Amino acid sequence: MSPVRTPTVEAVWEALAEVPDPEIPLVSVVDLGLVHRIDLDLEAAGGGRLRVELLPTFVGCPALELIRAAVAERLAGMAANVEVAMTFAEPWTSDRITPEGRRKLRESGFAPPAPAEAAEQPGKPLFATIAVRPTASCPYCGSQDTELENPFGPTLCRAIFWCNRCRQPFEQFKRV
Amino acid sequence: MTAVMAEALDRGTREALAGLLLAMADDEFVLGFWDSEWTGIAPLLEEDVAQSSIAQDEIGHAQALYQLLAEVIGGDADRIAFGREPAAYRHARLLDHARTDWAFSIARRFLYDTADAARLDLLVACAWPPLAGVVAKMRREETYHLLHMHTWLERLASGGDDARGRLAAALERLWPDALTVLAPLPGEELLVAAGILAEPMAAAEQRWLASLRPIFTRLELPFPFIQLEGERLETTLAVPAEPRDGHDGSDSFRWLWGEFTMVYRSDPEAVW
Repeated sequence: MSPVRTPTVEAVWEALAEVPDPEIPLVSVVDLGLVHRIDLDLEAAGGGRLRVELLPTFVGCPALELIRAAVAERLAGMAANVEVAMTFAEPWTSDRITPEGRRKLRESGFAPPAPAEAAEQPGKPLFATIAVRPTASCPYCGSQDTELENPFGPTLCRAIFWCNRCRQPFEQFKRV
Repeated sequence: MTAVMAEALDRGTREALAGLLLAMADDEFVLGFWDSEWTGIAPLLEEDVAQSSIAQDEIGHAQALYQLLAEVIGGDADRIAFGREPAAYRHARLLDHARTDWAFSIARRFLYDTADAARLDLLVACAWPPLAGVVAKMRREETYHLLHMHTWLERLASGGDDARGRLAAALERLWPDALTVLAPLPGEELLVAAGILAEPMAAAEQRWLASLRPIFTRLELPFPFIQLEGERLETTLAVPAEPRDGHDGSDSFRWLWGEFTMVYRSDPEAVW
């Protein structure tokens, strides 16, 4: 398959922005900040090489292979050799979710994760803040008067809260 | 510390690294399967969800660690995970116990999670980048497990006589085996010299015990240690001589092994 136009890194980003999260389809892998690196080498032997590295949100997330395969399928044809790999080269954190991603999460009925504590130190992520209970704003009514019901939810990346104002449960995309 | 490549390590250090990865992976793997035994029958619906989610985290951590091990020793991660006889597993003896009752499961998980956190602290600046990367990710997830276990320990300790009594009895029974999690690993001094491990396991064990002491004192829970000169905490308990071997002698582990290897043994090529 020959590409219609010469692919650019920008075109790869645009293509990645069309790959949805399998659980929350309104948000893309770009919105979630999953893209670690894009290497595009059109001069590489055999008609060019494109390598994309993605960061897993959770180590044991069962959707990792689905996401990897969906990205590989979308990028197929942008270079003769397309490789998509998962990497732990840097830890994915919920601070990588873009402002647009946070808006789309809210639109999908999920509270976005609270931003990182200012006091968090690079070497000691989160462990220093163990006494701090996670907080969230209700995605339906915006109230801050919410309580953590369960730090574990229906998937690894979600926690369950209760809104005291609109009196209903909601899910938060966990801060990690 | 400059980054090291696994291939560039001498044979002894590579073997020690493989031993560390296998111990950590087997710990997370076996505990994850014990946790999953609560799926459907936990005392609260929230706990059903929580235990299942924690189990999935732990088995995910094990999968990532077995993958690293496969890179060091060659072979296939699934085969390492499922293709061994019970005697070849290297998890800590603490993880041989069946889930028993809720207080027992919480007591065991509290002891394991806090000890594991002290072990992960030794690997934050690990000179082998692939392990440093997985550890950085694991620590962020384990934060939620720790938060949850601290909450449950407090809850049972300050609950009625039944809850408190069961928790205290479980801790009494588990303490000797809890000391197997941070027992010295073969060749660990080579890992320290290579910058893979920051300090020997014994240093992590002392920090772990020092961190638990104020909690157990405040909650009036069993803490069978005495302070020697300096800050050092010593136990009077008989710690198992083989902290990570001889699991074929444990009926409960043999049973669990039979459960979690069932699919693999019936079809090693199965994909799910």
